[in-house]
Amino acid sequence: MVFAISVVVFSMLYINAGGAARRILGDFASDEAVARLHEELGLYQPLPVQYFNWLTGALRGDFGTSWFRPTEVNEMIGVRLPATLSLVTVSLILSAILAMFVGVYAALKRGTWIDRAVQTLSIGGAAIPGFLFAIALVFVFAINLGWFAPTGFTQPTESVGGWVHSITLPVIALLIGGVASSAQQIRAAMINVLSQDYVRTLRSRGLLPRSVIFKHALRNAAGPGLSVIALQFVGMLGGVVIIENLFNIPGFGSLIAASSTQGDIPVIMGLVVTVAIIVTLVNLLLDVAQGWLNPKVRVS
Amino acid sequence: MTTATAPVSTAPPTPVKKLLRDPQALISGGFLLLVFLAVALAPLITRFDPNHADLSRMLAGIGEEGHLLGADNAGRDIFARLLFGGRNSVLGALLAVGVALLVGTTSGLIAGYFGKWFDNLSNNAASLLQALPGMVILLAARAVVGPSLWIMMAIFGVLLSAGTYRLVRSAVQAVRNELYVDAARVAGLTDWRIIFKHVTRVVRGPVLIQAAFMLMIAIAIQAGIEILGLGDPTMVSWGGMLADAFSRLFVAPILMLWPSVLMALFALSLTLFANSLRDALDGTQRTSPATIRNVFKKVEADKATTGVRESAIEMDADELLRIEELRIGYAMPDGSIKQIVHGINLDVRRGEVLGLIGESGSGKTQTAFAVMNLLSEGGTILGGRVLWQGRDLATLTEREFADVRGKQIAYIPQEPMSNLDPSFTVGQQLVEPMRRHLGLSKAEATAKAIALLDRVGIHNPERVFMAYPHEVSGGMAQRVLIAGAVSCDPDLIIADEPTTALDVTVQAEILDLLRSLQAELGVGVLMVTHNFGIVADICDRVVVMQEGEIVERGETTAMFASHDHPYTRQLFGAILSPDQVRDAYAAPDADDDRIKELTS
Repeated sequence: MVFAISVVVFSMLYINAGGAARRILGDFASDEAVARLHEELGLYQPLPVQYFNWLTGALRGDFGTSWFRPTEVNEMIGVRLPATLSLVTVSLILSAILAMFVGVYAALKRGTWIDRAVQTLSIGGAAIPGFLFAIALVFVFAINLGWFAPTGFTQPTESVGGWVHSITLPVIALLIGGVASSAQQIRAAMINVLSQDYVRTLRSRGLLPRSVIFKHALRNAAGPGLSVIALQFVGMLGGVVIIENLFNIPGFGSLIAASSTQGDIPVIMGLVVTVAIIVTLVNLLLDVAQGWLNPKVRVS
Repeated sequence: MTTATAPVSTAPPTPVKKLLRDPQALISGGFLLLVFLAVALAPLITRFDPNHADLSRMLAGIGEEGHLLGADNAGRDIFARLLFGGRNSVLGALLAVGVALLVGTTSGLIAGYFGKWFDNLSNNAASLLQALPGMVILLAARAVVGPSLWIMMAIFGVLLSAGTYRLVRSAVQAVRNELYVDAARVAGLTDWRIIFKHVTRVVRGPVLIQAAFMLMIAIAIQAGIEILGLGDPTMVSWGGMLADAFSRLFVAPILMLWPSVLMALFALSLTLFANSLRDALDGTQRTSPATIRNVFKKVEADKATTGVRESAIEMDADELLRIEELRIGYAMPDGSIKQIVHGINLDVRRGEVLGLIGESGSGKTQTAFAVMNLLSEGGTILGGRVLWQGRDLATLTEREFADVRGKQIAYIPQEPMSNLDPSFTVGQQLVEPMRRHLGLSKAEATAKAIALLDRVGIHNPERVFMAYPHEVSGGMAQRVLIAGAVSCDPDLIIADEPTTALDVTVQAEILDLLRSLQAELGVGVLMVTHNFGIVADICDRVVVMQEGEIVERGETTAMFASHDHPYTRQLFGAILSPDQVRDAYAAPDADDDRIKELTS
């Protein structure tokens, strides 16, 4: 999967890269200098050869050098990734936990005003884009109430308290959409499980509602719940680009935005592949968890 | 899929009519229409040029100098910018949706129809498109193609097309598989025309809903790109206004307000409208949980006003279960109640097997569920009493009922495979009730469970104890469920067609097992069935139920000798041809031999 993505994205990025040397050096550079750089970057080679060169580097863990800065792509990504990953991981875990509570609670309180309130709020939360929540949060809690700094980021290695403080608003902004859409699906999964025949049979055995709901039904609803979270993760990786930009957090989002404006193709290529690897790893992890939850998957 | 959506076009209230009656659809749809019209007719609505900067009017307030919503930091009219910006935003999003529909539908049609290599290829392509966040791909693409809104939205359309592709592809496959056995081709229509006609009908609803969501996502991602400062700076758009305003959040927070509110309302309306559309196209009429609660409240109120008969409960020691004037009803979507059991009376005595026979829909299973208070959602006891060993079960709380279920009244379901919890082993499911009801330790319960599995005829009880439900056969699963039912020494077992879902050979074995267990434990059984063969085999008495009423009852032997009600005769006819009832000697199978024995 990662390989296929790298082939497609590489072709897309490099097919048009012939004029890159001129762009890098600017209009005032001499033709000779441009030609020399063109040579150095290997852009004269046919596309498959360029890809092969890139791939041999990438397999050794080397994504090359930025076109516009004398920095290794690896280093640029390495510096940015922790902020993004900490943001997304915290958001994902919190949203999974919250969505589970809200979804299960709404399913159990089905048809009451609580359920209706959850339904309405989750429609709103899922429909309204996360950056609007981010803007509202900054406006209310940072500018008006002054509880948080409107922008900026503290590395957790520097100060854990400062880190928590700096990611609170961004995490909430990322969370809302995630909780809203997952809670709805977890509610549906729970309602579906509770209407299954075996739940009636479990009740007919005289098991207490506590055991039927939290041991048996929840366990069966957890599988669909995990699939929802896997989808949520990809969504959050997209959303975090904008959130990082709004809160001025030095993550991969601001890097990819900057590289995109400049046309710094090696950096973009490295970022896309890194994201692809992360997504694949997370999916693998969730598959393992899925197998642990679902005995049918475990066997096959 | 075809059958699920087919009734939509024929059902009396058409989707359009349903939409027009739904206030949520009217409000959200109305708002969307308003926005579409306003942005389309922008030059007619406002006289301001959205890009005309007039520094003397910088940050003009609402209504000042003719600016309906004021002016921004460069003195540009906000209302005009909202309208013209909306034009670009909405058009861009529509472009994305258009591309997604075009690409998705075309590839879906081809993949679904031809299959083979194209199907493989496009499936892989679709999962590739969905593997990465769209934002990341778009930013990568932008490095190559530049900031043009239209190109970006076209690319985003391609990314979105994966969803449409999957939808169309599965619909085409469903239709194609049906059509090859259909006579439609004989009628002279070419394949493509058949496919196209059917697929459009099946798919248009879901695709329309999907389009609404895609429109929402496209507008959001477009604004996201603007916020990142990667949009086309020469073009006014909602996202661009947001980005401008955000950079001046400290100076003029009011600038945030209008684009934010408009975008939020637009996104909300799209979702709400799509949800209404889904409800309108959904042919199945389901009773909403809120309706059920209201109906139940009404039922409780009725019971309270009519006054429950507090007559003393007199049951002799031999009488286990007595049902008096039991009425069961289900809440309907319109808030009414449909009564399905109309005041029946029956009783089960200790150690006796009572057959409750009737065809599906006669209310026999519902009666069984009502005894255990396990009616499906929406079902409730409207009146009458269910008396159990001197207690009225209707007065029990759910907690008290949990002590009766399993311990005193046990249940054997009809469909063995769907009645075992797939996430737990057979052993775990047997042990849990025994530990609760009998207070056994884990080791004791395990030993007893394995002994029970052995008793119900499972050859390798230790292995089955450790197995998950999907690892055992249907017949074995039914034995497990029987073991579970007898595990806590109940006084009554309610068996709901315990052999119907099994193979014929297994059916006989299970019946044998039930008969021997019943004799051994001396337990009372309420045997729900539609098969007089089973009644003959195992029941002492039989009650015949039709359309929620009891039409005939009596000793099994007497019933086989003579039965008066035409429905009973019909039930007999269902298992035996009328000639064979009289001609018992020529009867080929075991059930007939049994009848011969009983009737002679």
